[in-house]
Order: sequence, then structure tokens, then C-alpha cells
Amino acid sequence: MLGDSAANELRMKATNLMEKFHYFEDVVSLELDTDKCIGCGLCTIVCPHGVFSITEKHKARMVARNQCMECGACMRNCPVEAITVEAGEGCVRGVINELLGIEGPCC
Amino acid sequence: MSAPSADKAMAFLPMAKKVPTEAGEFQLPSIDQPFVQGTVATSVGPVPQVRTELTRQDVHGHYLVRWNIGRDHFTVEPGLYAVGRPDAYSSVLVGANYKMSFDLLRQALTCRDCWLLILDTKGINVWCAAGKGTFGTEEMIDRIKASRLDAVVNHHQLIVPQLGAPGLAAHEVKKYSGFRITYGPISLKDLPEFLDNGLQATPVMRKKTFPLRERIVLVPVEFMQGLKQGIPLMLFFFLMAGLAGKGSFTEAALVHGLPPALAVLIGIISGTVLTPLFLPRLPGRAFSFKGAIAGFSLFVLLFTAAGPLTHGYSYLEQVSWLLLTLAVSSWLGMAFTGASTFTSLNGVKKEMLRAMPLQFCSLVAGIICWGIALRMS
Ligand code: SF4
Ligand code: SF4
Repeated sequence: MLGDSAANELRMKATNLMEKFHYFEDVVSLELDTDKCIGCGLCTIVCPHGVFSITEKHKARMVARNQCMECGACMRNCPVEAITVEAGEGCVRGVINELLGIEGPCC
Repeated sequence: MSAPSADKAMAFLPMAKKVPTEAGEFQLPSIDQPFVQGTVATSVGPVPQVRTELTRQDVHGHYLVRWNIGRDHFTVEPGLYAVGRPDAYSSVLVGANYKMSFDLLRQALTCRDCWLLILDTKGINVWCAAGKGTFGTEEMIDRIKASRLDAVVNHHQLIVPQLGAPGLAAHEVKKYSGFRITYGPISLKDLPEFLDNGLQATPVMRKKTFPLRERIVLVPVEFMQGLKQGIPLMLFFFLMAGLAGKGSFTEAALVHGLPPALAVLIGIISGTVLTPLFLPRLPGRAFSFKGAIAGFSLFVLLFTAAGPLTHGYSYLEQVSWLLLTLAVSSWLGMAFTGASTFTSLNGVKKEMLRAMPLQFCSLVAGIICWGIALRMS
């Protein structure tokens, strides 16, 4: 299956190119409590930006914290509540609604 | 569920609201929907079977929605559907009741036999609905019950799109419904491969990218929304120029009102078309900066191209146009963070606190400069 592997390689490249899509550094509210972590690996599955990986000691580790978009998937799915993040939709209308104190849709 | 445990569930679930009394009542979706082609008999009754090929009407509907038309009523009934001839052993895939997502899901399942459990997300796609919590634990548990899913299939596995994860707690769903969640790939185009590979997703399938193809489809909606915000401003310039400028209303409106209106339009195009298209190429990280750069570039280009047409105007008036373009393009560029898939809430807040004062000053300064130039002309 040469075609397949070539296509996969292309997609890998595209994904790596994607790493160019950084937003700001060091504004993310993501925190991991390694002591609580039981190493189930669910956070590595649900995160759409590859923020976590599992170490040899069977613990989660943040390997790309700045890539986090604060979607909250890891926090909500962690069975032992080892992850906290100020989850919300990163969008202008949402923030304005919040500032004005009104309930409103984001997208 | 007995009362005390229901209360406990509500205290425990992150987005818990009071469960309506009719929740969990048996309900199958109507077969009177255009994409239903028959039914599949089950122990709980006839489950509507959906077509996997899209009709011209379906595609036409998608087109309109991409232009922000009819978006509010683009839904299908939530509940259990069949694709092909599924049986008790077939997989169950979970989706949202936004018709666009639903159509693309059934299309991706061509030539397969499986069940679709469609959650009521009020016609919003999985990702946005998960952020709001409507694609969530509670709705999932209710919908499993209301569809009598445990009587239809004899396994306890649900395949859920990974982008639905922000709304769900897999362990909660397991606890209260018995069903285990397996997160499928992010993109529907990987779904067939995922299903064929024994529900294994490659790392690439788990990463959200934001390729040009995806950014392009967002452009029409962004542009329409930009126009909606910009048209009042453009009308304001025509009106003020007509009233305050020299000569007849129409003449003054055209001579002094048209350029700032065009400047606003350039801002809209830069912020809602150029910024999404050239996102990775534009310098800086802040979307407001990217938008301003796009606006500046397009302004300079068109201003140069317009050449002699701009000669009769004072420098002050010309500067006012640039300020207007910058304010609008920067603002709308920043608004694109809402559609992007890598900006965080705290990042956007930080950006807004920095950029909004500048955008506001640029807008006000532009209007003032323009007003002074108009009085002096
Ligand atoms: S989901 Fe929670 S427990 Fe599981 S690996 Fe991640 S942090 Fe650890
Ligand atoms: S909040 Fe979302 S993006 Fe951030 S680490 Fe968790 S899953 Fe990944």
C-alpha cells in the first residue's frame, strides 16, 4: 500500500505544518495534578491538540501546553479529576457577552 | 433511576439542569422526513432507515447554510436511526441533529450497517454544541433511554466523535447508562478507516488541523456577518456626507461618502476573507494584528490602483480612510478567533483587552478626521 503510506506521510507533514498555528504563549489556564493521575490515557485521546502524553511511569504529562485551546475535553473526561482548565469558547462574541453579563451564543 | 441517585447525578454532572419529567420517555424519530427511505424492524418498533446518498435538495440546503441562510431551522429529529440493515450486534454512532453534520455522517457510512443515535443539540454542530453542553452527558443518557437502546443492541458501546468530548464525561455516561464511549476520529473522512481498523485512530486522526479547505468554507458566513456590522457604518458616511457636504445631497454623498464606505468594505473583505484565507501566512499571533496587516495591504494596493481618483482629496481625508479600514479589518480579523480551532478563551480575552482600545481609537479618529476634512472641503 504505497499510496496509503505516501498519503499518510503527506498528512503528517500537513499536521506538522499546522504546528505553525500558535496562539499566545503562557496564557493557558491548564493544570495537571500528577499525584491524582491514574494514567488511564483518556486525556491523550480526547485532546485535539496533542497536549498530553503518557510517561513510562504511567502518568500524564503536558508536552505541548501552549497548544491548549481550553476546550475542557480532558478535564471533563478525566475519571479522577486530575485536570483543571478554565474551559470556554475562545470567541469574541462570547467574551463580550460575558463582559456585558448577558447569556448569548458564541457560534 | 431512584430519586436520591438522580439528585446525586445532577449535583455531579457539570452542566446538569433539572431533568424534565418526560425525559427518557420512549420515542422514535418520525419516518416522515425526506432522507428516510424505509424502516428497520426492531424489538422496540420500526426504526427509520436513512438514505446514504445526498439529494440535490440536501446539497442545495448546505449551500444556503454556508451563506448563513436558513441556519436556524436546519435540523433533523433527534433519536435512533438505521443505516443499511443493522442488527443487535451493529455499531452505534452518535451525532448531532444539525442537518449538515447529519447528512455528512450518513454519507460517510455508505454501504455499512449501523445505528445512529442523534442527540438534540438544537441544530448546532457537535463541536459548538459540546462547548455549550447541549451535546452533553445528560442529553446522551436521556437519549439512550428514550431510544431504548439497550433493547435494540446487545452490546454497550457508543462511537462518539472526538470533538464531542468537551461536553461529555465518558465515565459518567458509563455510570448512568451502562454504555461505554469510544471516541472516534475528528474528521468524518477518517471514519470509514477508523471503523475498518477495529476502532483504532491514528495520532493524525486525533489532531485538529485548520487547513485552507476548512477555512474557505467559513468565509461566506464570516463575510455576511461582517457586512451586517459594516453596512450601518457605510450608510452613516453616505448620510452625513450628503447632509454636511457641499453641493447637492447625491453629489456630496458620492464624493465624500463613497470613499469611507469603500474603506469600510475593504476592512470587511480584509478581515473576513483575506484573514481566514492567509491566516498562517499573515505575520503575528494576534488575529487583530493579522487582520490589520491584511487591511493595510489591501488598502495600499487599491489606493495605489485608484491613482488619480484620490487626487482631489486632502491628506487628512485620505488618512481617515486608512484608519477606518484598519479599525474594521482588525476587529473582524479578531472575530475570526471564534471560528478558528486553536484559540483559547484566555488568549482571546487577553487579545481583546489589548486590541479593542486601539480598534476603537482608530475608528473614532477616522470618523473625526473625516468629519474635519468634510468641514474644510
Ligand atoms: S485522563 Fe486523568 S487519570 Fe487519565 S491519564 Fe489523563 S490525567 Fe491521568
Ligand atoms: S482543554 Fe482541550 S486543548 Fe486543552 S489540553 Fe484539554 S483537551 Fe487539550
